[in-house]
Amino acid sequence: MSGEPSFTLDGQQIPFQEGQTVMQAALEAGVYIPHLCFNPEFTPHGSCRVCLVKVNNRMQAACTTPAAGGQTVQSETEELREIRRGILQMLFVEGNHVCPACEKSGACQLQAVAYYVGMLAPHFKHFYPRRPVDASHPDAVIDFNRCIMCELCVRASRDVDGKNIFAVEGRGIQAHLVVNTPSGQLGATGFSLHDKAAQVCPTGSILTKHRGYDIPIGQRLYDRKPINVVGDVAQLPDSQGGRRHD
Amino acid sequence: MIEPRLKIATCSLAGCFGCHMSLLDLDERLFDLAERVELDRSPLTDIKELGECDVGLVEGGVCNAENVHTLIEFRARCKILVAIGACALNGGVPAMRNQYDLKECLEESYVRGMGLVNAQIPSDPEIPLLLNKVHPIHEVVKIDYSLPGCPPSADTIWTFINELLSGQAIALSYRQIHYD
Repeated sequence: MSGEPSFTLDGQQIPFQEGQTVMQAALEAGVYIPHLCFNPEFTPHGSCRVCLVKVNNRMQAACTTPAAGGQTVQSETEELREIRRGILQMLFVEGNHVCPACEKSGACQLQAVAYYVGMLAPHFKHFYPRRPVDASHPDAVIDFNRCIMCELCVRASRDVDGKNIFAVEGRGIQAHLVVNTPSGQLGATGFSLHDKAAQVCPTGSILTKHRGYDIPIGQRLYDRKPINVVGDVAQLPDSQGGRRHD
Repeated sequence: MIEPRLKIATCSLAGCFGCHMSLLDLDERLFDLAERVELDRSPLTDIKELGECDVGLVEGGVCNAENVHTLIEFRARCKILVAIGACALNGGVPAMRNQYDLKECLEESYVRGMGLVNAQIPSDPEIPLLLNKVHPIHEVVKIDYSLPGCPPSADTIWTFINELLSGQAIALSYRQIHYD
């Protein structure tokens, strides 16, 4: 064996560098582990639990678990797929995710991960919460109905843009995304489409105005190929149907 | 010996008939289907009374008292009940009213709507009473299969029906499953 440390993921050897997480090493080796709150450009958050894997037979979030030599990691087992399906179903019933009426449909990571884990129906009782839509900004709209609290916009605005425009308020089931101004309106902030925060939303919560259907439904990122083949919408450039402005 | 054809019933509750249009999109495959199944109560037959059926296909969610009645009857008389389309699965577009009180919705249309003369909320006893919220059908009865899509494509419906009729496990391809 060479000196490079490695672990096994579903039987495949995955090399890693010291300090990497299971998710980072898998991603670098080209092996997909489903995820939503994880974005390789940000410090892992470990909140959505979609990347749940079994590390040496213990359930762990792949995005926050450090890789260690000799680990046995399981990801694509029916048991884990079922748990992931349950998490996705809970995310769907907790908000108002009306895919047929959403202009992000087809290029939405939440939807794509739900397809990937084989979610056919939401299964649970819907909450149908009453949440606002904020269209006060000239270039962007926030639909809070679709927010899954991954906090990627919070992290991007704070850590990359240095603007601190978004925050999470409340605890437990009361927790929700807010805009950091006295009026709570996005239009009252210095938010710009060039901000990193405008490019990282895995759902249709933060949308660019005036170009909702530039790419028709049926020809979008995840309409033809699954997310494990195509990759995350936040990581792909505009020209490939992603959200990244280069 | 000619095998008895399976009986299928369909209905549209709080839906737009889009899923039924998708079923009609089977086009010439409808001839194959007609040889293997017999349609019972359905908007396509106009039979009013639901008989004992093998399969019930339900489009739409539940938004009024009549929907609940129809759905419960479908569950009682169909051996296999299938939820077809976004509205049946999660309420879909009709359920977008769930964010508002029923009173607010009715007033918005019938009291504050544009160009109304003698504005009033309809109360004819023949009109089914609206429920406070629109519900997906799994919140009312047990569902055996769910087929997402708005609507599911004819190909999806064809694959599903074929595999169901031949007793196979249902295996839809990636492109046959979508929520929009």
